[in-house]
Amino acid sequence: MSYTGAALLGVAGALAVDLALLRTRLVTRAVFWATYPIVVVFQLLSNGVLTGRRIVVYDPAAIIGWRIAYAPVEDLLFGFAMVLLTLSIWIWLGRRGVQRTPVAGEGSRPRD
Amino acid sequence: MRHLAYLFVLVGCLAAALWLEPVLAVNVFRRWRRLLLTLLPVLAVFVVWDLFAIAAGHWTFDPAQTTGVLLPGGLPLDEVLFFLVVPVCAILGLEAVRAVLRLPAGDE
Repeated sequence: MSYTGAALLGVAGALAVDLALLRTRLVTRAVFWATYPIVVVFQLLSNGVLTGRRIVVYDPAAIIGWRIAYAPVEDLLFGFAMVLLTLSIWIWLGRRGVQRTPVAGEGSRPRD
Repeated sequence: MRHLAYLFVLVGCLAAALWLEPVLAVNVFRRWRRLLLTLLPVLAVFVVWDLFAIAAGHWTFDPAQTTGVLLPGGLPLDEVLFFLVVPVCAILGLEAVRAVLRLPAGDE
């Protein structure tokens, strides 16, 4: 399988976790789409350095060849899958009662 | 110093996000057990993906610009740290947005 295929599979897997497995449905929430553009800017920056300086080198045969800020477009999918999986698990744990508090912006001592 | 290039990128990511903890009181590190429980499965999934990609030849790492510490399967330590740093930054970002915009996220 190419990186292109693996990246598409990764996005599909993360969407399946968010929508079906953990049912956090973050991709349907405004908070996710308010966060993701901020994260993606830093992702493009750091990925641009990693790829532009050739710290990480991609096999041309494994990618489709479209590049954004030096990085293969597949990296955008890889990053999306990582961010969505991370945030889905984080929210799911909170919903299950694992350290729901102290919530963001709250100054009090942790309650659990 | 050149072998620290990858690590410098990770330090840059952390520098861009860590200030959110004290300044916006996002309380991500105060909820460290929830943070660890989130990081572990993400790390596991992406280490497996990385090992597969390395074995398949999808990508290679410049030995001159990475720490040179290789884990089994040829996985650079730098990559493992990447899979910890990026999720931490993403969670800090989400909680910062919540601290400012007060949007529901599903765990209220």
